[in-house]
Amino acid sequence: MKKVNNKKPSFLFIGRNSAEGIFSKKNKKLLSDPLDDNNPITVQVLGICSALAITVQLKPAVVMTASVIFVMACSNVIISILRNLIPNRIRIIVFLVVISSLVALVDQFLKAYAYDVSKELSIFIGLIVTNCIVMGRLEAFALGNGVWKSFLDGIGNAIGYGIILILVAFFRELLGSGNLWGMQVVPDFLYESWYVNNGLMLLSPMALITVGIIIWIQRSFNKKLIEKG
Amino acid sequence: MWEDYANLFIKSIFIENMVFAYFLGMCSYLAISKTLKNGVGMGLAVIFVLTITVPLNYLIYEYLLVDGALSWIGPEYAQLDLSFLSLIMFIAVIASMVQLVEMIVEKFSPALYGSLGIFLPLIAVNCAILGGSLFMQIKDFSGISEAAVYGFGSGVGWFLAIVAIAAIREKIAYSNVPAPLKGLGITFIITGLMALGFMSFMGIKL
Repeated sequence: MKKVNNKKPSFLFIGRNSAEGIFSKKNKKLLSDPLDDNNPITVQVLGICSALAITVQLKPAVVMTASVIFVMACSNVIISILRNLIPNRIRIIVFLVVISSLVALVDQFLKAYAYDVSKELSIFIGLIVTNCIVMGRLEAFALGNGVWKSFLDGIGNAIGYGIILILVAFFRELLGSGNLWGMQVVPDFLYESWYVNNGLMLLSPMALITVGIIIWIQRSFNKKLIEKG
Repeated sequence: MWEDYANLFIKSIFIENMVFAYFLGMCSYLAISKTLKNGVGMGLAVIFVLTITVPLNYLIYEYLLVDGALSWIGPEYAQLDLSFLSLIMFIAVIASMVQLVEMIVEKFSPALYGSLGIFLPLIAVNCAILGGSLFMQIKDFSGISEAAVYGFGSGVGWFLAIVAIAAIREKIAYSNVPAPLKGLGITFIITGLMALGFMSFMGIKL
């Protein structure tokens, strides 16, 4: 399959429509849409695999979010640069190679500079490779759009993913162990009088139920997301 | 010896269930569980691919990648530690195996291809498959048969999970769920409750 590329240098940077400003309304929408209306976790149902298991505490969740932001932004940009060169039939393998090299980079970096966190995240950093959110955005967006737009889309979706992750981790750590970021926030006198930590929140099933409740709350405010049928 | 295998098998199905304990393969679990028929097809494909790729990746890891694995070539290679390449190797093996399996099934059993066919490409990006290989790397199995049992067991666990949720979702279509919870939300909550149920298997030993 040969594609004649007659729009020569335009595939670099801003895209074919260079009259459009860098932060035009459309581009801002790319960034803000995935935060609510098109959230990768609660609406597109992408990237749940690795999202839930690491939300017992705030710190691994934040590290995970940062890694996903890095991987998504870079892979979206790379695929978007290469998008006219990749043969359609082998695109999945090309995606996998690009993503897994980036993830290996993150993995080695964390092992070198944040060993205890990387130990805690264990295989879940590696699982960013098969995180459907990265794959899904590459397929759905970066393959058909300019570099700058793909970059914004990557950042936006990764932040949308991160918000849910951090929300879930916030409630699980607060209610489950009375800590935030490893430090105690529930005051001692509460423990002495009547308060007891809810140990159930630390177990993995509660992550699913917390996400279910977040979806419930989000959809009761944002009626157009309600599923029909 | 057989006891160990049986223990590992039970453990990988119930206690360390891919979906309920580690949330692996959740995306396809949620996307393909709308009808029971599709759920069964996807589950079978996952069992199939996990049983092949985990032992294969075990061999690659053990004889090519791990610290000192290359000593069978010669003593001067014994220093090499290529385990940082494991992620890329695993995913390459999985993607190519899936392609291969797809071609073989298409050639020899068109009927099976008809029912599994559309799910096979999806599997390359199913986290449960890569997760199986990565857990194999952490668990440090003593032989290829253990790795194979582990792969098969986790596949069966995933199959059980998707079949159960698909059956529940077919029923729940007729119940009166609050509108904002419909579809995705209630599926999450049901999965959470099922995971709580599966926790009761913890500590079972043969």
